[in-house]
Order: sequence, then C-alpha cells, then structure tokens
Amino acid sequence: MKIVVAIKQVPARDSQLRIASSAKWIEDADLSYEINEPDAYALEAGLQLKEKHGGEVIALCAGPARAAQTIREALAKGADRAIHIEEEEMGAYDPLAASRLLAAALKSESPDLVLTGLQSDDLGYGQTGVILAELLGLPHATIIMEVDTKDGGIRVKRELEDGWFQHVEMPLPALLTIQSGISKLRYATLMGIKKAKTKEIKRLAASDLGVSSANPSITLDRVYAPERTKQTQLFEGSPKEAAAQLVEKLKFEARVI
Amino acid sequence: MSAGILAVMEQRGGEWNRMSFETLAAAQQLAGELGTTASAAVIGRGVAGLAGELASKQLDKVYAVEHDLLQDYTPDGYTAALRQLVDRAQPQLVLFPHTYQVRDFLPKLATALGRVAISDVVAHHVESGQPVLVRQLFQGKINVDVRFAAAAPNFASLQAGAYRADRLADGTAPVENFAPQITSADIRIKPLELFRESQRAVDLGAAEIIVSVGRGIKEADNIPMVQQLADALGAELAASRPICDAGWLPMERQVGSSGQTVAPKMYLAVGISGAIQHLVGMKGSRTVVAINKDPNAPIFEIADYGIVGDLFQVVPELTEAVKKARAS
Repeated sequence: MKIVVAIKQVPARDSQLRIASSAKWIEDADLSYEINEPDAYALEAGLQLKEKHGGEVIALCAGPARAAQTIREALAKGADRAIHIEEEEMGAYDPLAASRLLAAALKSESPDLVLTGLQSDDLGYGQTGVILAELLGLPHATIIMEVDTKDGGIRVKRELEDGWFQHVEMPLPALLTIQSGISKLRYATLMGIKKAKTKEIKRLAASDLGVSSANPSITLDRVYAPERTKQTQLFEGSPKEAAAQLVEKLKFEARVI
Repeated sequence: MSAGILAVMEQRGGEWNRMSFETLAAAQQLAGELGTTASAAVIGRGVAGLAGELASKQLDKVYAVEHDLLQDYTPDGYTAALRQLVDRAQPQLVLFPHTYQVRDFLPKLATALGRVAISDVVAHHVESGQPVLVRQLFQGKINVDVRFAAAAPNFASLQAGAYRADRLADGTAPVENFAPQITSADIRIKPLELFRESQRAVDLGAAEIIVSVGRGIKEADNIPMVQQLADALGAELAASRPICDAGWLPMERQVGSSGQTVAPKMYLAVGISGAIQHLVGMKGSRTVVAINKDPNAPIFEIADYGIVGDLFQVVPELTEAVKKARAS
C-alpha cells in the first residue's frame, strides 16, 4: 500500500504566544516548532498500516525551510521518503490554496491512501484533509479510529459525537483524517535517526507546482487576545493560602461546598 | 442576484441535532443585521415533518431536500444535494452547525464551488455591511477576525453554544420541496449502522460537583491525588480526552464534544487547558474553578475562580482545606 501522510509544523504546544505588532499573526521569531500533534497520529496510523500490509509511507509537508526538522523526524520514525514543498509564506495561503499545493505535489505519486491529522493546532480549520480529497477526486472519511482492508478497499471506524461510532466502507484510493489519541506514538530509534539521513527528501517550490496564494477566498483580518467572558477571581500566595482563599469563596460566595 | 442567509439544519433518522437551532437563530440574527432574509434547509429522506416544524419559524423559505439516496448521510450525497440547492436558492451566506458531520462534508462542498468555509465560528460582527466572523486559534488561546474575500455564496460553521437557540423568532414560512439529481454512482462510500461501544455506567450529567483532570496531571500514578480531592468534595471524577485516550480513566468519564456534556453546580478543572472540544462539554456549569500553571490557558476565560500554580502542590492543599471546611 502506498501511503502519503500530510504533516504540518506548528509552534510547540506550550509556547507562550504573543500577538505580532502587525496584529496579523503571532510573534514567531523565537518560538520552537514541532509536528502538529494530530498529524503525528496520522503518521503513526500510516506506519502501522505499512507494517501490516507492506508498501511505503511518504511524508508530505508544505512549510518553510525550518519544517525540514519535522520532516527528518518523520523519516526517523519510519517514513520511507518525503516531499517538502518549501514555502516561506504559508500564512498567505488560505486552506484551499494550501491544499492545492499538496494536491499538485501528489500528482505524480498516485497513492493508495492519503492520511492527514484531524486539524492543526495553530489555525485549527480542520479542513485540509477533506479539501485535499475533493481536489484529488478521492472518497474520504473523517475522524477515523481504525482502518482495515476489505475486498480491495477499506473499512474504517469513524467517530461521531456523544459516544457513537460508525463503520464506513470505501474503495481505494481514498483519503482519511485520523483521530488523535487512538494509539501510542512511537519514538524515533537511534537506528531510525541514522537511517533518516540517507532517505530522500524531494524539494519543490510553489512556483514549480503552479500554485499561488493570490486571490484567497478568506482573509485573516486581525488577531487578538480573547476577551474574558467572566471576571475570574484568582487567588495568590502559597498553595496553602490560595487553597484556603478558594475554599472560603466556594463555601460562602458560590455556596457549592 | 444572490441574497439571503441559508441555515442548513442537521437531522439523523428524523431527530434534530439540537445545535441546528442555534444556527437557525444565528441566521435570523445575521439576516436582521445585514438587512436580508433567512431561510432554512433540511436534508434527508422523509423530512416533510421536520420541514413542517421549521415552517413555524420566522423564515423566508424552508427547503425540504428529499432523495432516497439521502436516507443515510454520505459526504458525496450531501455535497451533491447542497451544490444544487445553493444553485437554486442563491444565498449569500450558508450557515451550518459545526458538528462532526458538517466537518466531514462542508470543506468538500466549499471546494467544489471554489470557496473556503470559515469553520468553527464563535461570534461575529458586521462592518460596512459585511459579516466579520470570529474564530479561535491555538486551541482557544488567540482570537482572529476572518472575512470572506470571495463573491457569494460563502460558507461558515458555528461552534456549539456560540448562538442561543432560545432567541429563535417564530413566524410562518412556506415549504419548498427540492429534489436534487443524485445517482447511486455518485456515492462512493458505504455507511453502515451506528453503534456505541459500551453502556454508560457513569452518568456525569447527574453529578452536582465534578472534578475533572487533564494533561497537566502528567502520569496515571498521579490520578489518585485528584480522586482524593473529588472524594473530599463528594464529586464525580471526570477527565478531558487525552486522559481517557491514554487509558488512565475510562472513556465514560470523558467530558467534551466526543464525550459527555455536563452542567453541574461546580466544575473544578485540574490541569485542563480548555481546548474548545472540552469547553463545549462543560461551559454550561454554574461555577467553574480552574487550577493550571499557565495563566493564559483558555480555561481561565470561563472560570469564576482560579489558582495559577503547580497542581501537584495546590491539589493536596485544596483537599485538606475542603475537608476542614466540610468538617466545620
């Protein structure tokens, strides 16, 4: 099975975020970056499918030069090769244009299965996978917990709200967005890290792919800190003092204990 | 010329997804602010009854989108039907509830029409006669105003709880039956029966006090410390998704969009940053208390009381203080 996993590099989860003076994005100069966590689960699902059914896993990433680090980590975990669409100004691409980059890079690959994470931790549109499926003309299913092969196609378990699930069958090739948290993520082994250095990373530019970020369908106007809907009473001091003040309020003001 | 706001309602097997009525209320509100009209659509097979319910709302029109192949949801069937409906109704803006189902087909529909949907909207304002939609970035830590740059039709999905269904205005609306052209060859996936994995032994919805634990707890071995706090308060123990995914607490104790929705008298969140998926499951709680090391964690945006600090130091002290208060 030839599996492509789309991955994105995003600011690390515990980053202290500051609004840029332009108010168009955050200050990104001194942030550290990591793989978008939902994509790490998509990669894990891809690697497990390869282990079960054979084939290859190709990591696909659109991002600036620094994203090479995240790509190398995917290779170290077991991806066979990678495609890096090098674009320093990904922020100018709306989700459709960004997906067009990914789709164009896949034109010569004809994968059996394309996997993406559920959503990104930074923009959080949760759309790239489904847009990519439409651009590639593939059937898709989202928020997938399990993937099995069946009659030359696949049978997947899809999560719905409120504890409900559903099995869905579809032919290959297809695209799936993978639910986070469904498996334990592997670490790269020393051998894996060593091997990654010899694996192929194909570098493409947006101009090679004939995709531009011009004429977006949606534009980000302004980013800002959310207004608090509630006035939170914060308790300071030592843990003991703070706990005592909180209990006092819960007992006499909120009257819940 | 295109005009009007269209709310696409969600139903399954003749039962409404209640979030749809928040979307309908938002459509009415936006229509008022933009000086246009609101309409609604319901999609499926045998939806005349549901369409009839919508006919008692203040709407320009109710579309009953009927086809045998729309009996069970598929992204292919829904996209085909909605493309044709949008072509017929010519709305300027189409609104959806941000459900798992909408997340499954809306990006496909928008792409097919060369548009990008603005997903998971929490609020809006109107500037120079144009809607500006508010979304959250970085799991709720930052907000962003987003505008449509493309011509009509445009698309957006609304987060649970962002709009109030009780603001819905009554009226009368004509029902128009709409039969899209769909063939079975259009539908590439085969949906099977819905199922649940286990009976729920724990009904968190009935608990008066809930102590809920998140990623900040770091290891399964630390859960008993939070259990002791719950015991001292006479509370049920719950968790955010990562804790249940890791198997540290059973899935039936999960609060959030994929778990249970709760509204207790007090919800005490320990080491939970407050991702949207969690907040939608608990933001109706009367009193929210948060203990978190990050003062910018989104959970503090909805907390009444909070302690910014190391939960491993705060929780044992809090347990002792609660015990003392309850004994006196």
